[in-house]
Amino acid sequence: MNKASSLAVATALALSTMPALAQKTASQGIDEYRAMLQDGNPADLFEAKGEDLWKKARGPKNASLEKCDLGKGPGVFKGAFVELPKYFADTQRMQDLESRLVTCMETLQGFNAAEISKTAFGHGEMANVTSLATWIAAESKGQRFNLSQAHSQEKTFYEVGKRLFFQRGGSHDFSCASCHGEEGKRIRLQDLPMLTKNPGDGVGFAAWPAYRVSNGQMWSMQLRLNDCYRQQRFPYPGFGSDATIALSTYLGVNAKGAASVAPAIKR
Amino acid sequence: MADPMRIRAQSSGDKATVRVLMSHEMESGQRKDASGKTVPAWFIQEVTAKHNGKDVFSAEWGPAVSKNPFLQFAVKGVKAGDKIAVTWKDNKGDTRTDEATVS
Repeated sequence: MNKASSLAVATALALSTMPALAQKTASQGIDEYRAMLQDGNPADLFEAKGEDLWKKARGPKNASLEKCDLGKGPGVFKGAFVELPKYFADTQRMQDLESRLVTCMETLQGFNAAEISKTAFGHGEMANVTSLATWIAAESKGQRFNLSQAHSQEKTFYEVGKRLFFQRGGSHDFSCASCHGEEGKRIRLQDLPMLTKNPGDGVGFAAWPAYRVSNGQMWSMQLRLNDCYRQQRFPYPGFGSDATIALSTYLGVNAKGAASVAPAIKR
Repeated sequence: MADPMRIRAQSSGDKATVRVLMSHEMESGQRKDASGKTVPAWFIQEVTAKHNGKDVFSAEWGPAVSKNPFLQFAVKGVKAGDKIAVTWKDNKGDTRTDEATVS
């Protein structure tokens, strides 16, 4: 009897503390975890490396990237990130940050752009491209996305990107829109942003490059898209391919006005 | 040569909070590469910190610490302008020291 009543008290106590616990949803728990990580985002390490790579004379031509034109004139890197991808008259094509950096590495430093584009993410010069992109992105932290839609190519790429976003295929008959086409979707505990409209400050396009804690890797937007396609069981898109840049243009234009938090930190 | 650490040291009152980000692979020795061979263990074993040249912190680390580890600790009796130096040494004998000025 005594035992039973003390058990009842214990149960009552447990129940009374339940509501307080239940108020915290899984996503709030994850947000707390992210906030804890934010203080020591290892993206800082990649940023420092990227800044160093920008200023250091390297490559067959032994030159720095300090004259690289990211769309705002040679050597201007502040604010460049939030205006890319855009049309570049010199290469006569749409380019995102990473493909533009590779162009600069070829024209200024004498690296072989095709060779770099074939390199696996996280290896050789490709790792340097990611570090550079991390630093350039960080230099526009807090600024709002404002992609140009003035050139006809920029409009075309937006439309192509939109079609690619909704194009279903692969063994699972997936499209980007399967996961990112409506509110409130998630994969396991990861909330998935709806990307057919502006998802808000620091979400989706405004959060990459990001450091992935789970595998200790710095992920650029190109790798993000590459992995989205892997998860959809599509073949990998080529690095800096028109398809990835069209998708980036679609996401970037949709994110107009959203503040960039890149480089972010992800689980 | 290892990449530099990022050290931030901020004083409040007579205490300073030191935040350190280290760039290190921290291989546990438990993983296998694509060809099935074990990736050899490679991790930081010793971390020490000095305040104006005097030892104030030491730690022994093992393979369970994450890649690119983040370390935070508080030191008493520190004022702005003081120097905090952090050193790590890994199991391959590689070592790196970086210094920061307390703000």
